[in-house]
Amino acid sequence: MSALLDVQDLSVDFPTRRGRLHALDRVSLSIQPGEILGVVGESGAGKSLTGAAIIGLLEPPGVIVGGQVSLEGRRIDKLPPEQMRRIRGRQIGAVFQDPLTTLNPLYTVGRQLVETMQTHLGLSDRDAKARAVQWLVDVGIPGAAERVDAYPHEFSGGMRQRVVIALALCAEPKLVIADEPTTALDVSIQAQVIALLRRLAREHGTAVLLVTHDMGVIAETCDRVAVMYAGRVIEVGSVAAVVHRPSHPYTEGLMASIPALRARVDRLAQIDGAMPRLNAIPPGCAYNPRCPKVFERCRHDRPNLMPAKETQAACWLYAEGAVHG
Amino acid sequence: MADVLEAVKVSRSFDVSKPWLQRMLSRSGRRSLRAVDEVSFSIPKGTTLSLVGESGCGKSTVARLAVGLYPPSSGDIRFEGQSLSSARAQPALRRRMNMIFQDPYASLNPRWRVQDIVAEPLRAFGMLRGSAVGDRVGQLLSQVGLSPADGAKYPHEFSGGQRQRISIARALSSEPDFLVCDEPTSALDVSVQAQILNLMRELQTRLGLTYLFISHNLSVIRHMSDRLGVMYLGRIVEHGPAEAIFTEPRHPYTRLLLDAIPDLDAAGGVGRVRAGVGGEVPSPIAPPPGCTFHPRCPLANDRCRVERPDYTQAGPVEVACHAVEEGRG
Ligand SMILES: Nc1ncnc2c1ncn2[C@@H]1O[C@H](COP(=O)(O)OP(=O)(O)O)[C@@H](O)[C@H]1O
Ligand SMILES: Nc1ncnc2c1ncn2[C@@H]1O[C@H](COP(=O)(O)OP(=O)(O)O)[C@@H](O)[C@H]1O
Ligand code: SF4
Ligand SMILES: [Mg+2]
Ligand SMILES: [Mg+2]
Repeated sequence: MSALLDVQDLSVDFPTRRGRLHALDRVSLSIQPGEILGVVGESGAGKSLTGAAIIGLLEPPGVIVGGQVSLEGRRIDKLPPEQMRRIRGRQIGAVFQDPLTTLNPLYTVGRQLVETMQTHLGLSDRDAKARAVQWLVDVGIPGAAERVDAYPHEFSGGMRQRVVIALALCAEPKLVIADEPTTALDVSIQAQVIALLRRLAREHGTAVLLVTHDMGVIAETCDRVAVMYAGRVIEVGSVAAVVHRPSHPYTEGLMASIPALRARVDRLAQIDGAMPRLNAIPPGCAYNPRCPKVFERCRHDRPNLMPAKETQAACWLYAEGAVHG
Repeated sequence: MADVLEAVKVSRSFDVSKPWLQRMLSRSGRRSLRAVDEVSFSIPKGTTLSLVGESGCGKSTVARLAVGLYPPSSGDIRFEGQSLSSARAQPALRRRMNMIFQDPYASLNPRWRVQDIVAEPLRAFGMLRGSAVGDRVGQLLSQVGLSPADGAKYPHEFSGGQRQRISIARALSSEPDFLVCDEPTSALDVSVQAQILNLMRELQTRLGLTYLFISHNLSVIRHMSDRLGVMYLGRIVEHGPAEAIFTEPRHPYTRLLLDAIPDLDAAGGVGRVRAGVGGEVPSPIAPPPGCTFHPRCPLANDRCRVERPDYTQAGPVEVACHAVEEGRG
């Protein structure tokens, strides 16, 4: 099966007075049609930049300095802004953490849905209006037929995020990029929104790139997951393998540091230190100063993703001839 | 064991009326919001009581009440048996309680050096002077896993986790017995959260500290708590030994919360089918009558819609729920 989205060696720099910061360093990932891929990592790991670079919303001074992004085999990383804007509505939808960045406060939610569908699907007024109501029903807005004429500020935070999901999906894109879509919501609302996103993606065969720092959300929603650290993808694999049987020592440490809901321990496993800042990424494997399994090679050679147990991991423990960790 | 802190039917309301002129023009009356509603608990020395609930349910207001930053509208809070309103007046008692906040960025003065931030309570309570202050600050910084040399730096030179360590060092400097921790790791990444939670538990054992610990994260709560109170719209709806509540949640809201948490064990499964996760928390300005949870509750009946449930003892746990009382929980 050929990938819907294919990202190869994507690199993003921030030029600063004190030199260039490599915010994304040869990030590669792919998504199959209809697949939900999670991107997880600690804050500053480069998750949002990855999403933004893919949909051409990188904010200056950030620039793509290498690699490529292809959608259905066609490169989209060098398209003129006008073409990219059309792809964003029609082929790639977006959901961000704060629904107010997506919703226009001056228009009713119905009008925003109608306009999006008319622009991209060429529907008549009546059809578009009817579908707008149907979308609100689908995303679980009570009283959709009346609420279609309400303004964004008349909705609660959780309801607004439902509207944004409807807006992202209504033009029937093949891919939705969702960046921390539930981070601002309370757990009971978060569960509803995640279940909704998953159900709609499945029903419409939409692929999703789900960016979040929450492993629980990843575990419940995704088919595969990519783990980022210091601007790099350091492990990718099926969600069951990455969560329960990770290969990379960082992923192992990360998973072990999450308190369990079902049992109580005296002490949590902890990774000492912190993820390096962009201006102080160590040579070799970026994780090497914190890694309990570090050895000589890790300190000067940078590992790329390689087959490792059940996943792909950027870790020298899995190089050919190495004694496995 | 003796209780360090005891809350007896504590309520706190806020006036949320429109300004006087607007009220006159629109002929509307004063409005008040009951953020905390007859909350009672006690915390034995050296243990942790946690409060969990969704945003707006009154956790931070309880935190402020517990250290005397707000006076209660009614009810009483006692520190070692003394009413807080009189205890706060005595510096000797005041230095024995302190608070750690969620946001380690906002709670540290950016223009002060770390050593001055940490020493501030020492000076405020006149506990030490001269070179003894510097020695004590060095000790406190080591105790939270920083180096004494870090005292010369400013907060912006530290990561989020390190800043939370600085807040903890400051909170510990007046040698308190009781700490209120309001979402101390909610702004931190999970790996850093593990470091801070481990540190807090170590310090508790070493120094015999008593914690009122607040979080919306149930996994964190389970890790930290001896006793637990689940809050909904200002009320504690279930209260008891944490392990008992986690093993057998009784209140429908506690069950909903536990059911809603994204679960690592779900990885690779077909996605959980969730029962009864619906609705949103209503506005505390006009809470529903009867049991305030009834609009979202799968077990609600007519009684729940009109009569406010009292506490029922269910095993080691107290639950405010008619269904539990009637044995249909
Ligand atoms: N305008 C900018 N200038 C310099 N660095 C930036 C800028 N925007 C983002 N970064 C850096 O890029 C890195 C990745 O950021 P981001 O993708 O937002 O992380 P995440 O979403 O994983 O938390 C961070 O270290 C951040 O500080
Ligand atoms: N100073 C205040 N004035 C008016 N309303 C307040 C004030 N502090 C808190 N509230 C309200 O009281 C309720 C409880 O708030 P809070 O204790 O901060 O909840 P939590 O910490 O659980 O999120 C909320 O509805 C909040 O808006
Ligand atoms: S009292 Fe009634 S409405 Fe409230 S939680 Fe119990 S069953 Fe539900
Ligand atoms: Mg981000
Ligand atoms: Mg709070």
